[in-house]
Amino acid sequence: MSFRRTGVLSVEELARLGIIPPEERMKKKPVAMIECPEEVPCNICVSACPFNAIRKETLYSRPRLEENKCIGCGVCVVKCPGLAIFVVDLRGEDALLTLPYEMSPPPAKGDKCLLLDREGRVVGEGEVVKAWSYDSTWAVTVRVPRDMWLHVRAIKVVKNRA
Amino acid sequence: MRGYRIEEHPILKFRRGRVVKFRFNGVEVEGYEGESVLASLYALGYRVFSYSKTGRPRGAFCMIGKCSSCLARVNGVPNTRICIEPVRDGLVVETQSGLPEIPSETHGDVSEEEIEADAVVVGSGPAGLQAALTLAGHGLKVVLVEEHFKLGGQLVKQTHRFFGDTAYYGGVRGFRIGELLAEKVRASSNIKVLTSTRVYGFFAEGYLGAATVTGEPRHYLIKSKYTIVATGASERLALFENNDLPGVMGAGGAQTLMNEYGIRPGDRAVVVGSGNVGLIVAYQLLQAGVDVKAILELRDEIGGWFVHAAKIRRHGVPIKTRRTLLRVEGHDRVEKAVSVAVDGGYNPIPGTEEAYDVDLVLLAVGLQPSYALLGQMGAVVKHVPELGGLVPVRTWSMETSIPGVYVAGDLSGVEEATAAFLEGELAARSILEKEGLADGGRAEVLHYLWNVYRMSPVLERARRGKLSVTLSEGEMEELRRGAG
Repeated sequence: MSFRRTGVLSVEELARLGIIPPEERMKKKPVAMIECPEEVPCNICVSACPFNAIRKETLYSRPRLEENKCIGCGVCVVKCPGLAIFVVDLRGEDALLTLPYEMSPPPAKGDKCLLLDREGRVVGEGEVVKAWSYDSTWAVTVRVPRDMWLHVRAIKVVKNRA
Repeated sequence: MRGYRIEEHPILKFRRGRVVKFRFNGVEVEGYEGESVLASLYALGYRVFSYSKTGRPRGAFCMIGKCSSCLARVNGVPNTRICIEPVRDGLVVETQSGLPEIPSETHGDVSEEEIEADAVVVGSGPAGLQAALTLAGHGLKVVLVEEHFKLGGQLVKQTHRFFGDTAYYGGVRGFRIGELLAEKVRASSNIKVLTSTRVYGFFAEGYLGAATVTGEPRHYLIKSKYTIVATGASERLALFENNDLPGVMGAGGAQTLMNEYGIRPGDRAVVVGSGNVGLIVAYQLLQAGVDVKAILELRDEIGGWFVHAAKIRRHGVPIKTRRTLLRVEGHDRVEKAVSVAVDGGYNPIPGTEEAYDVDLVLLAVGLQPSYALLGQMGAVVKHVPELGGLVPVRTWSMETSIPGVYVAGDLSGVEEATAAFLEGELAARSILEKEGLADGGRAEVLHYLWNVYRMSPVLERARRGKLSVTLSEGEMEELRRGAG
């Protein structure tokens, strides 16, 4: 089943589209994954990146990431109109995943959250380690189990109401 | 009655106006200044605003004054569309049953005004606003007519950031673009703005007739050298049992309630149609705190862009392809929706029914261009399925078969808002060129629209449709001779 039928990119499709960064690169520093598989007429990510790491040949061609220029800052995460960009950091024991978030309640450092995969299934529990926002879109960095970095793509923030 | 006001929203802050008191079917109720009568009533839980001739209840549907679902009696005036009637102190609102009697007394005198301008722009969505600002920016005197009491068309209820290029508002949330452009229009001394005013027709003597739809009755005769018609599009209805039950609403209707007025359109919803409108509205429902049970899609594939689909899928909303709505059930509002799987010929497969416990069914099954005014004016139109229905034939400059009358935006064929901005600007720049005020901008916009923006494979269908109704000047001359 292709993503056109499901609304979900499979790991095989991600690999085929060249969206998964090389393993060597992942060990060095955080890196963006641009999950934008169609040729949409949009170049917001190109102008958003402070390091000129994202290229598009035309307004509508698929964005390409120059992984060596990317430092994983996450500016593209909050600016992409399609909320299609994620940042993965695999340097530590756990994986750190930065994802866009536009739901209630607003996230804060230390919040517990449910980890959801691309189909919205709860695949574990995580913790917000960093959260900042631009124009009401949050970039939320969550700690996720190391084997889940390729699967977790959304969160449900659970507030501790004391 | 429970309240439906949204208190916490991740994107929007609702600045509610002064509390106003009015009567609905004899009961004193409250709303906030700045909202429509229907919005105030909906927030209180009212769902039925009208009854058909045979007594079937009717509720909110389009919420932008284009359908006849919410016709009510306001201060004795029947057939008032309460979705675009601003709420105010002391109004008396009553549900209407069937066809109303013509009121025996009129309410005050109708004042008349004749207006002359270089150009009149009908409609203040992305196309109309961009056109009016471009013309006014080059010194032309413009009249901008809008039937809603607010400017901005459908921009005002788009919470997502627009795609595209930063040159055409890419990266800015739709409602902010609406606010920005409306502010510029208000600040321009070259633009006369007539809100709550509907252009009802064109006279052979060269006048557009317009009349207020609320407040003081006023009649305008507008004479101008150029006209840009940008009346947009309206939502299609889908065919299923009880599709007129209150709670069955156009996707845009729900957007008006939740994003413009901060009112939750329901608690649990099903969305019919997975084009960009259906996908985006499902995401906005989640942001408004509505539980979205499913999106139904008749075809094998999701209709809209992948990125929009992915946003709702990862929050757990299923998109059920090859499935459509069979019926809704409920007494005077939706209580349940039943879907069914379809075969290769889109026929329902018995025994595959699925029921959803919902109070809201949103239709996102396409838009049809609002061609009524252009049709009355006599513009040649053509049926183009890729563009949503009947659309005017036009030149590369967006001029219709009526010389001096231009078209832009969804009326020219349903597309994305970016195309509407571009077409509005193209129409305006074509007029400027005719007036000898050209600065080369027209060719650039034309190139960008056709050779850059519309070259995207995801816009291929619209591009093909628009090509099929775009003529050269010579071809248009020939058509005009034939049509005359």
